[in-house]
Amino acid sequence: MGRVNRGWKGLKKSTKTDFATYLGVIAAFVLVNALRGGGMLSSSLTGQLVPICCYIVMALSLNLTVGVLGELSLGHAGFMSVGAFSGIIAAMSLQRAIPFAPVRLAVAMAVGAVFAALAGVVVGVPVLRLRGDYLAIVTLAFGQIIKDLLTCLLVGYDSDGLHMAFNLSGTLTINDLGLKEGGIAIIKGAQGATGTVTIASFAAGFVLIMIALAVILNLVHSRSGRAIMALRDNQIAAESVGINVTKYKMMAFVTSAALAGAAGALYGLNYGNLLASKFDFNTSILVLVFVVLGGLGNMWGSIIAATVLYILPELLREVRDYRMLVYAIVLILVMLATNNAAIKGFFARIFRREKGGAVQ
Amino acid sequence: MKKKSLAAMLMAGAMCLSLLASCASDPGSTGSAAPSQAPSQGTQESQPAGEPSQGSEPSATGASGTFKLGGIGPLTGGAAIYGNNAMNGAQIAVDEINALGGMQFVLNPQDDEHDGEKSVNAYNTLKDWGMQALIGTVTTGPSLSVGPLAFQDRIFMLTPSASSTDTVSGKDNVYQVCFTDPNQGFRSAEYIDEHMDVSKIAIIYKNDDAYSQGIRDSFAAEAGNRGMEVVYEGTFTTDTQSDFSVQVSAAQSAGADLVYLPIYYQPASIILNQANSIGYAPTFFGVDGMDGILTMVGFDTKLAEGVMLLSPFAADAEDARTQSFVSEYQKRHGETPNQFAADGYDAVYIIYEALKAANCTPDMTAEQINDAILGVINTISVDGLTGTAMTWATDGTVNKDPRAVVIQDGVYVTP
Amino acid sequence: MEFLNYLISGISLGSIYAIIALGYTMVYGIAKMLNFAHGDVIMVGGYISFCTVFYLGLPSWLSVLIAMAVCTVLGVVIEGLAYKPLRSAPSLAVLITAIGVSYFLQNAALLIWGATPKVYVPVVEGSMPLFGGKLSISYVSLLTVVVCIIIMVGLTLFTGKTKMGKAMRACSEDKGAAQLMGINVNRTISMTFAIGSALAAVAGVLQCSFIPMLEPTTGSMPGIKAFTAAVFGGIGSIPGAFLGGLLLGIIESLAKAYISTQLANSIVFAVLIIVLLVRPAGLLGKYVPEKV
Repeated sequence: MGRVNRGWKGLKKSTKTDFATYLGVIAAFVLVNALRGGGMLSSSLTGQLVPICCYIVMALSLNLTVGVLGELSLGHAGFMSVGAFSGIIAAMSLQRAIPFAPVRLAVAMAVGAVFAALAGVVVGVPVLRLRGDYLAIVTLAFGQIIKDLLTCLLVGYDSDGLHMAFNLSGTLTINDLGLKEGGIAIIKGAQGATGTVTIASFAAGFVLIMIALAVILNLVHSRSGRAIMALRDNQIAAESVGINVTKYKMMAFVTSAALAGAAGALYGLNYGNLLASKFDFNTSILVLVFVVLGGLGNMWGSIIAATVLYILPELLREVRDYRMLVYAIVLILVMLATNNAAIKGFFARIFRREKGGAVQ
Repeated sequence: MKKKSLAAMLMAGAMCLSLLASCASDPGSTGSAAPSQAPSQGTQESQPAGEPSQGSEPSATGASGTFKLGGIGPLTGGAAIYGNNAMNGAQIAVDEINALGGMQFVLNPQDDEHDGEKSVNAYNTLKDWGMQALIGTVTTGPSLSVGPLAFQDRIFMLTPSASSTDTVSGKDNVYQVCFTDPNQGFRSAEYIDEHMDVSKIAIIYKNDDAYSQGIRDSFAAEAGNRGMEVVYEGTFTTDTQSDFSVQVSAAQSAGADLVYLPIYYQPASIILNQANSIGYAPTFFGVDGMDGILTMVGFDTKLAEGVMLLSPFAADAEDARTQSFVSEYQKRHGETPNQFAADGYDAVYIIYEALKAANCTPDMTAEQINDAILGVINTISVDGLTGTAMTWATDGTVNKDPRAVVIQDGVYVTP
Repeated sequence: MEFLNYLISGISLGSIYAIIALGYTMVYGIAKMLNFAHGDVIMVGGYISFCTVFYLGLPSWLSVLIAMAVCTVLGVVIEGLAYKPLRSAPSLAVLITAIGVSYFLQNAALLIWGATPKVYVPVVEGSMPLFGGKLSISYVSLLTVVVCIIIMVGLTLFTGKTKMGKAMRACSEDKGAAQLMGINVNRTISMTFAIGSALAAVAGVLQCSFIPMLEPTTGSMPGIKAFTAAVFGGIGSIPGAFLGGLLLGIIESLAKAYISTQLANSIVFAVLIIVLLVRPAGLLGKYVPEKV
């Protein structure tokens, strides 16, 4: 990057794409904020901004696992939930220590990322020894286990600090924590985190997207990133040239988990109530759909796909009962349209003709 | 690469269109997006006359004279039955009131899939529509996400059936039609101890459900206070609510002669079935979620013989109002309404009575209506399907009498 | 005695998982795709059988046949419309399409049959007392186990002995080579879906007899469990699916009884993880070393 004077044309194609992605996100942020300032944005869209940011980061991070590392994960929502609950615990118990909400939110997201990364290590060690569909089912299994364990968690906070209990028998309640006067119940087992003070903001979501993009794009273009992609393309060949399989797989997997955790913390702090059952198989699949539709390994594709597919069911509220049915049909048709050789060829022909005209 | 960029352009285009569409579809209501921030603007923006064409709604006679009620509940997904029943019941009440010719209502039911995130989205959509009061949410979890928003935005919220104490606590403008969970658990224990001759009790409950867990907690506490013997507690979760053979066998081996089921009727029907198939016949005692078990298509009502439940509503009650409601519901939807439908129906009437008492007019803002309702809600008394002379405490909880009924020959009988 | 009781309920639950897993594993073995819509075909089968008995008053055995016929047609139509155009597409694209089909079936069922659950009338009722009434096995459980074994043996014979079965195995080994040998790969895959969906209908009827409640989401959790069972036993292997399903049911039942109902699912999944770590291709799966 030393020779700036070579200008835009001299840059590598991937660098151009990266810049365009960053610029696109910034432009979208500015545009949305301008619209919001001018009162042009409906409450419905305003309310969707934070979850959209969260799902974009989820999609980006899952794309790192599925698109760049090439391993199918069906339990990504598990990391999101670890991040969400640890983030909520951090934010709720630091209310007095850090009165300024944006800082508290940043700390909560960092805590969420750290705990999700730890979970990523615990899950990654066994999971990454497997391949293909066996790996997929084990990530699904871990996602379910994380969900079940979090359903058992009771957490409260009082002047003595944090109190935790693990409600394995199902007969404990929040009262069994013995909170002192003035203590707060943060997570009430199956009833989830209730009474969370919502401090998430769109600006934080934007910053998180930019961080996620920076982390992922830098990783992908680094030496490690090339090693990771070599593993994806041909593990045996990569091993034979001395690439450390475990190290690079873990690097991608844990990074992905940490980003998902940060997204989870932001998500958790956007709602007054959060249930562990929210982060089930269906949520993992939802994010996977974003990734596949946006294109494997294609980061800006994930961003657009997550945004469009999140807004789509909301727009379909007009059709009421048929909403999810239409959503399903759209999903199938899009997959068919983007993957069928005949349809692809048709679009390619049109495009080539236009291009040809331009040259003449 | 070319194909990819084309696809990208298409997608980007679609996104722009969708953004534009959602902005354009509600030009009148953008100003009302933040009523809490700019109360002074409230009076100017209060003309809902230029109502965005919400074609799917039942015809609203003279849009300017119509109260806009928002409704939120699960209309699709695993909990769809509750939302559909509540919203269908509410719609019947709206149509009845509109037919009287006085105050006019329009109800806009939105789906939340029993999910907090979707519920907030539904709430915001309703705000854009210009909702003046909210009937919802139907389920407890989402109510905890929507409640704080309604509190902040000063929109009156009346939940038909979200029964947790957390739903109403700390929010002065959130009210309930149904009993709170602790109330039910407490009353069940009291009833069993005072009226029934049982020695050993088993509880089977769903511990990833706030409703079930809440009732179980207060039941267990009260049973402990009264020295009742709970010999077995079995739990299940959404993922495991299809097979109860283990829990039923365990209750049988523990020798329980009463099985307390603070759960909804669908899993309860399986429990009754599986208990029957192994020849275990204790007394089953349910709560209001048990109502509806007799109306399940295909359910063998013999299995429910002798089941006791605490319920505010019985679809086969003798009074004329219940009967006309049930027959109207059956005419429209081809099935018997459950307690959620009655809760939704009552919710509309409660708002109707409150609006009447407070002399509200449809041109008032949501915030003005909220304040007006809060001024009268603690003084009015409403007769509904789920209770007569219902009154409300300032904390948002309802005061009405639960009824214990026993199922005999496929109908509810007061013991 | 208690233990036997739990074991019996585990075996009957496991047999249901096994039947579903057999359908899963057939489709996976030949088409190499995870058909997430399989569980929803089960749900459709259950509803069809319910409707024919309840509204048309037909006998149960006939309703099973009708459900099988409808599901077979449904399976072939789904395959033709949604999966066939993606034959050469990446497997993830097919996976997402299958999920789309699953959403579609669930929401279509919601619109057709409504959200109110239907109570299924078991195809056979009553139970057989053992040890002087201390223990009882319901006839549904017995039927399930018997049907499951019949299907397992039948499928093994079918794939081993018949021409169509051999064609299926050939396609599963190498589609290109199979085509060169004159096997109609597309027809073979459609046939697999037909069989898989017919099995799903049987599974639907038996599952609803054991757990007599029908909702639009009835198929989704058993679908995931059966997928787990199929992987547990070694996906693609017919005896593996049988064994996997049975073990899964037994573990689930015993975990519920002796450890925690709360964590029963987690325990099942934890066992799965451990098994896969020791045997990366499942219990009876063939480990195929990667060729360089």
